[in-house]
Amino acid sequence: MSKKPTAKEATPPTATDHAQAPVNARLSPEERIELFRKMVRIRRFEERSLRAYQAKKIGGFLHLYIGQEAVAVGCCSLMGPNDHVITAYRDHGHAIAVGMDTKPLMAELYGKATGCSKGKGGSMHYFDPSRNFWGGHGIVGGQIPLGAGLAYALKYKGLKGAAMAFMGDGAVNQGAVHEAYNLASLWNLPVVFVIENNGYSMGTSQARSSAGELAQRAAGYDMQWGQCSGHDVYEVRAMMDKFLTLARENGRPSTVEIHTYRYRGHSVADPDNTYRSKQEIEEYRRTRDPIQLFQDKLLAEGVLTAALAEQIDAEARAEADLAADFSEASPFPTPADIQTDVYWEADNPADRRSQGRLFFT
Amino acid sequence: MPVITYREAVRHALAEELERDPNVVVMGEEVAQFNGAYKVTEGLLARFGPQRIVDTPISEAGFIGVGIGASMLGIRPVMELMFWSFYSVAFDQILNNAANVRYMSGGQIHCPIVIRGPANGGTNVGATHSHTPENVLANHPGVKVVVPSTPADAKGLLKSAIRDNDPVFFLENTMLYGEKGEVPAGEHVVPLGLADVKRPGTDLTIVTYGRSVLHSLAAAEVLEREHKVSAEVLDLRTIRPLDIDSVLRSVAKTHRVLIVEEQKPFASVGSQLAYMIQREAFDELDAPIHRLATVDAPAIYSPPVEIEQLPNPRRVLQAALETLA
Repeated sequence: MSKKPTAKEATPPTATDHAQAPVNARLSPEERIELFRKMVRIRRFEERSLRAYQAKKIGGFLHLYIGQEAVAVGCCSLMGPNDHVITAYRDHGHAIAVGMDTKPLMAELYGKATGCSKGKGGSMHYFDPSRNFWGGHGIVGGQIPLGAGLAYALKYKGLKGAAMAFMGDGAVNQGAVHEAYNLASLWNLPVVFVIENNGYSMGTSQARSSAGELAQRAAGYDMQWGQCSGHDVYEVRAMMDKFLTLARENGRPSTVEIHTYRYRGHSVADPDNTYRSKQEIEEYRRTRDPIQLFQDKLLAEGVLTAALAEQIDAEARAEADLAADFSEASPFPTPADIQTDVYWEADNPADRRSQGRLFFT
Repeated sequence: MPVITYREAVRHALAEELERDPNVVVMGEEVAQFNGAYKVTEGLLARFGPQRIVDTPISEAGFIGVGIGASMLGIRPVMELMFWSFYSVAFDQILNNAANVRYMSGGQIHCPIVIRGPANGGTNVGATHSHTPENVLANHPGVKVVVPSTPADAKGLLKSAIRDNDPVFFLENTMLYGEKGEVPAGEHVVPLGLADVKRPGTDLTIVTYGRSVLHSLAAAEVLEREHKVSAEVLDLRTIRPLDIDSVLRSVAKTHRVLIVEEQKPFASVGSQLAYMIQREAFDELDAPIHRLATVDAPAIYSPPVEIEQLPNPRRVLQAALETLA
């Protein structure tokens, strides 16, 4: 396996510590349950999407987030009105975490006109600017300069907010990421670079792809950095709250590496039998599943009952089925739709100022 | 009407748009304190301050990506590439992110960014610094591509580009920065996608753009004087959107076409034009469409030979005579 279990993880602070962090201590029972519900909804949505993929309802790639739910839910639960999110192609969790409705998300996977991108983006390209969610980007690391750009716009407009730019552990070796690190630190941009380290960039372990500690590279750009476990949503929130506050209040960027684990292959097409063992996956499922861990915590806190947990799970399954039914019943885009949403001017002909031919045959 | 240089015309457009819209930001390598590698942005820092005129490190993928992200949130960045040749290190940002984000989001996002800078050969800087990527850029639906040839067009088109809600790639020319011409002071806007007859004629249409317009005008002069040929020089000004109607109108008048472009010939702007002209005006043609392009090799360094690799008045004249033969 990868070199992932760091010294930090070997001696984790107790769960109570993170629950008592102010950002968690002030959560109402309802808010705690909502965190749990979001994670369950993400997992059931993705399991349902996998069945649809296996039934050949979905084309292309399907990069599942199963096992990583506490990261997106923990981070996005901290968003204020001027906080923004951008991520890579494993984007279903973030989309649900920022509050997107699962029906258009599933319909997008089905390639339907009712999809969140009208069937034009697919699994890797979810967007919802109305929820400050800027994608959903397909090229490893390519979204990170854009995340710094969101932070640039916040700063330029004098808004107190932060951008969270998510990437996987494979992205840290891309040049665009390092260019964005440098610019963000040089220009004091309010951005938190979040490395979701699931141990493998596709089928290559961290040990085989990256020299040194990933988050520590931020130090070379004079940025603060941190590492935490992504299996405990309280710990994610406690760590991210610190760095989001640094961004919002002091205008300083940072890098946070969150250790997590994906149960499924890189994409559904990944046979997942060349680079890690079934035992490793089972060990994570058994001991560090973020949903199970949080359920246990909430049961211990007396916030959740077994009956309520079951009810939430049943509702999440029903929601995912409903999203699949909605997608099934929805129409595909038409060939005429291929050439809409290409140019703003073509879509807004009354406001068009240019002349000449925009499209060619 | 004031006579100013192409460089000043670009600068005036920048200054006027910075003045008009507080969301316009000029960003690039050496644009502020150094006053611009080619002095296009000279004086803008003193006038608009470091919030609006922003020096970047040599980091094209990074700062262009920042511009794209900022444009999604309503900033209108005008990014300077010291040379358009450097687009290659920012290709993913320019042609994946800026070009595709509207489409992939189902029309939820638009990206009002301008990327501008010189794209030309002829300055003896070798193959890495002499790219003319207008065909590569225009191959990407979602983007607009502008190549102005005169100071007046440079100003009017840049003002349109900055006000446009789609990504606009604006290709200038270091060999034109010192060229002078009449330019209206103040509000002078030339719409994108509108070609311009730079010289009317009846016997031959020379379709061209950028610096090749100047070579074509010089050749047309000789054609008139020494060969009694009346050549019409049509300046496309914008590659995408393309004013094909003006091209077809001119072809219907002259029935002969020479395309002149500072482009490598394979899959060039001229290739697209020639396809469209034969498809849409076949019956108007009295001769095969001719094309004069850059001689098909990486840009040669050797100064006297580079002149012969690119379109020049002598080569245009020769190609015109072949078209008329």
